[in-house]
Amino acid sequence: MTRFHAAHSLTEALALLHEETDTRPMAGGTDILVRMRRSPPAVPLTLIGIEGVPELQGIREEPSWLSIGAATPFAAIAASPLIAAHAPLLQDAARAVGAPAIRNMATLGGNLCTASPAGDSLPPLYVLDAEVELASKAGRRRMAVSDFILGPGETQLEPGEILCRVLVPHAPPIARCQFEKVGRRRSLAIAVASFAGLLRVDGAGRIAGARFAFGSVGPAAVTVPEAEALLRGQLAVQPDPAAVERAVLAVCATVRPIDDLRASASYRRALAGNLLRRFLSPPSSPGLNAATGHASHG
Amino acid sequence: MSTDIEFELNGKPVRIATPETRRAIDLLREDLHLTGSKEGCGAGECGACAVLIGDEIRLACLMLAGQLAGRRVTTIEGLPHSALGARLLRAFAEAGAVQCGYCIPGMEMAAFDLLRREPDPSRERIREALSGNLCRCTGYVKIVDAVRLAAAGDAGPESPPDGAAA
Repeated sequence: MTRFHAAHSLTEALALLHEETDTRPMAGGTDILVRMRRSPPAVPLTLIGIEGVPELQGIREEPSWLSIGAATPFAAIAASPLIAAHAPLLQDAARAVGAPAIRNMATLGGNLCTASPAGDSLPPLYVLDAEVELASKAGRRRMAVSDFILGPGETQLEPGEILCRVLVPHAPPIARCQFEKVGRRRSLAIAVASFAGLLRVDGAGRIAGARFAFGSVGPAAVTVPEAEALLRGQLAVQPDPAAVERAVLAVCATVRPIDDLRASASYRRALAGNLLRRFLSPPSSPGLNAATGHASHG
Repeated sequence: MSTDIEFELNGKPVRIATPETRRAIDLLREDLHLTGSKEGCGAGECGACAVLIGDEIRLACLMLAGQLAGRRVTTIEGLPHSALGARLLRAFAEAGAVQCGYCIPGMEMAAFDLLRREPDPSRERIREALSGNLCRCTGYVKIVDAVRLAAAGDAGPESPPDGAAA
């Protein structure tokens, strides 16, 4: 790394990104600085600081969606009444990121651009059908978060582009949702596995739509449409145990975890299934594991 | 390639020529000789380098000198300038919270940040606020005791120490 320029507007940031060839946007720096120190880039990079760009900050309710500036730190997401009202899953994930100092620095957009399979914000954004808005000098484009993330560290972000907003579309009411992060400890832990789930119900209390996404059990967050379909029509408060077990089996068959120093692949596979089973169990059931960050809304 | 960077450090204006990509922890310790902030992991996992940037607790190992420009920086050396900071440092000594001491500046910065916003936090809130600070002597109980002790003698919330308020 040789240079750093702090940008003060989006126009300035985009211009700076174009002026030189080897540039990277940097928001909170909590991932990129660690990565660059661990394995210095082959060519010197110019980091364009975007944490002070006002257009990339803030949480706003707009007609079609909740708009979250990409450089909004997780501390602001964790404290926002708008996020509490529209995206409690994302709020729980924000509270599970790192620890207080990290949450003051690390940003939602940074979490997406780092594209770690363990990124805490990814499972909630997948089940909320969130989109990203990318800006470059050529204009803006939008795509689903699930299309934006290609694999570990890989996204659709092109050179000269900045992720400027995350959009959480307004959607039918959610009857129940839950985010869980299982780690070796509560703070400063990289997830062994994480889970975001939500249920929408019809007038009779039957599941009209279920969405699940799992983190740290594949190259990106893993969704399991088969399990979601298996639960349609079940009573949300007490789904048929056989249907639950079929959905759990579908999850275990779909996830593609790896062995690493935090856990084995087989442990992660079983854990993913258990996280879904627990979400679908009546809320009075005792928890399985005191070490999980457990948050439920409904 | 150095640039002149200006910021406020523990209540005093500072102007220093430095590469903008120099890490804030190196600028503080090696160039400005404020060796209270410690580098533990260098990767944002231990909290030993915690400082206040404006009103926020942040990690000096994950900030670049260029990011400090125009900001208000408070390090452990600035804590005794305020009544709350001074009381906190005394409480750590009185509670016997310090073993090897390496994590303590970061612990005290995180505790100061908490007490400034919440004058009378529960033990649970204290543990949460200090959750990003690792002590490898693992003497967490007395550290939490120390923060409670400082809170008990509390006289109300404070703004960050700026020298003038000493």
